[in-house]
Amino acid sequence: MIPHEVAEMPDAAALSEFDPEAVIDGKYDRGELTLVVRADRIQRVCEFLKAQRGYRYLSDVTAVDWFPSEPRFEVIYHLYSHHRKERLRLKSRLSEAAAEIASVVPVWGAANWYEREVFDLFGIQFRGHPHLRRILMPEDWQGHPLRKDYPITGYR
Amino acid sequence: MPELAIPPDARTLVLNMGPQHPSTHGVLRLVLELDGETIVRATPDIGYLHTGIEKSCESMTFHQAITLTDRIDYLCPLTNNLCYVLAVEKLLGLEVPPRAQWMRVMLNELTRIASHLVWLGTHAIDIGAMSVFLYCFREREEILNIFETASGQRMMTSYFRVGGLALEPPRDIFPRIENFLKSFPARLQEYEDLLTRNRIWIGRTRGVGILSAEDALDLGVSGPTLRASGIDWDLRRDNPYSSYEKFSFQVPVSTDGDVYARYLLRIAEMRESLKIIRQAIDGLPEGPVQAHAPGVVMPEREKMKTQMEALIYHFKIVTEGFRVPPGEVYQAVESPRGEMGYYVVSDGTSRPYRVKVRSPSFANLQALPKLAEGRLLSDLVACIGTIDIVLGEIDR
Repeated sequence: MIPHEVAEMPDAAALSEFDPEAVIDGKYDRGELTLVVRADRIQRVCEFLKAQRGYRYLSDVTAVDWFPSEPRFEVIYHLYSHHRKERLRLKSRLSEAAAEIASVVPVWGAANWYEREVFDLFGIQFRGHPHLRRILMPEDWQGHPLRKDYPITGYR
Repeated sequence: MPELAIPPDARTLVLNMGPQHPSTHGVLRLVLELDGETIVRATPDIGYLHTGIEKSCESMTFHQAITLTDRIDYLCPLTNNLCYVLAVEKLLGLEVPPRAQWMRVMLNELTRIASHLVWLGTHAIDIGAMSVFLYCFREREEILNIFETASGQRMMTSYFRVGGLALEPPRDIFPRIENFLKSFPARLQEYEDLLTRNRIWIGRTRGVGILSAEDALDLGVSGPTLRASGIDWDLRRDNPYSSYEKFSFQVPVSTDGDVYARYLLRIAEMRESLKIIRQAIDGLPEGPVQAHAPGVVMPEREKMKTQMEALIYHFKIVTEGFRVPPGEVYQAVESPRGEMGYYVVSDGTSRPYRVKVRSPSFANLQALPKLAEGRLLSDLVACIGTIDIVLGEIDR
C-alpha cells in the first residue's frame, strides 16, 4: 500500500489519477520521493511524467540486485524537472525469471547508454531498446559483474 | 563491434579512430563512417578503462570507499569525494560544521579551475594552439600544490571524510590560495589574449559542434555543455549543497551552443569560481572541521593516547567501519563537467550495498554524434575536446 503522506504528494496524486494501478508502493525518506511502479506500466508512466509533470530530464537509470530474495532486481530511474528543480525516483521490481522491462529510450534518448550499462552489468533485458549490447565489458564477456552472486575475485 | 550499417553501394569508408589517439583524451574509440571527409556517422565505443569501481565499493567499508572515488574522475577528485561523503552523510543524518562546509566549497572551486585548465590546455593543443597548454599546466601546478598542502596528495586527495575533513587545514594553505587569487586573473587574461580574438581559433570553433537545447536535454547532457546550449541549470544554485546557498555568484549561460560558446562559458566559470573562493576565504567560520559523531569520525590522535573511549572508537572504525542505517539516497553535485551523482544504498551494515556513480561525461559523450555528424573529420577533434570528457569517469 502507498503510505498516506506519499499519496498526497503532487506527483503521486497525478499518477494515481492517470493510472490508479500503476503505483504500487512509495516512500518519502530523507527528503527524496520514491515511487514503485508496476514493471509493465513503466513506459506509460514515464511518458506521462515527462509530458504532464515536467520531468524532461533523465539523470540516471540503474539497478540493484537483492539476491537471494525475490523479486531479485530493482530497476531505478532518477528523473529531474528543471522547472520545479525537483527529483523523483521511480523503481520497478523484477523477478530473476523475468528480468525484462520495457525500454524508455522512446521517452528520453539519454536512456540508450544507461540501459545498455544495466544490461551489461546486471543482465536485465530492455524490451524495445534499439541496440542492446554490452557497453563497458568486452563483447565476449561471460556473466554480469554487478550481480551479487558474481564474486569479486576468482570468477575465471 | 558497434552497430555499423554499411550502405549497399558502399560509397562510405569506415575509419577507426582510437583508442590510442592523442586527441581522444584517454582511451576513447570512435568508429567513423566517412563520405570523403564528411562524417556520416560517429559511434563512440567505450569501456577500455573499466575498472569495476562500483563493484569494488561493495566490498569496502563506507570509509575505505572514499579512496576509490578519487580515481573515478581524476581531474576533479575533490568533487567526487564531496559527492560521496554528502551521500553517506545524508544516509547517516549527519550535520557537518560550517568551517568544514566552507573549506569544501573553497577546495571544490579550486578543483573546478584546475579541471577547466586541463580542459583548456588539451582542447587548445588539439586544435593547434600549443602555448596555451604550457601556460595552463603552469597554473594547474599551483593548485595541485595547494591540494598537497591540505591533504598530502596532489591528485588522489581523499581529503573530505564522512563528517567533515580529514584534518584541520594547515595554516600556510591560506597564503598560498591568496597568492593564487592574486596572480590568476592576469593569467586568465593571458589565455584570452591568445585565443578569444585569434582568427584561427575562431575559425576552428565558431559554428562548429552545435548542440540544440532540445537535443541536449533529451540526451541527458549537463554542466557547461548544457548551459552553452541555453539551459540555465547549475546544481550549485538550483539544488544547493554544502552551504553553496550562502555564496553569491553568477551562472554563465550562452545560447550559441557551439564550441566557441563553450570555450567562453568555461572561461567565465573560472572567473566566477575565483569569486566564490574569495568569499570562502574572507568569511571562513571558526570552529571544528569534523562533526561531533563518535564512532563515525576518527578520534583525534592526541585523545587516542589518553582516552580509552577514543582508542576503542578508532579500533572499531578501522577494523569494521561504522554502521549506516538502511536506506537509499541520491546526491548530485555540480562537477566541472556537469551533474555528478552518487546513488548509495545501505542495508544497515558497515559496507555500502550498492554505489552507483552517475558520471556527467558518460551522458555528455552520448551527444558527440549529434555534434560531429555532417561535419568535416577535422572538426571532430574540436567536438571531442569541447565536451570535456574524462574516460576514467565514463568507464568507472
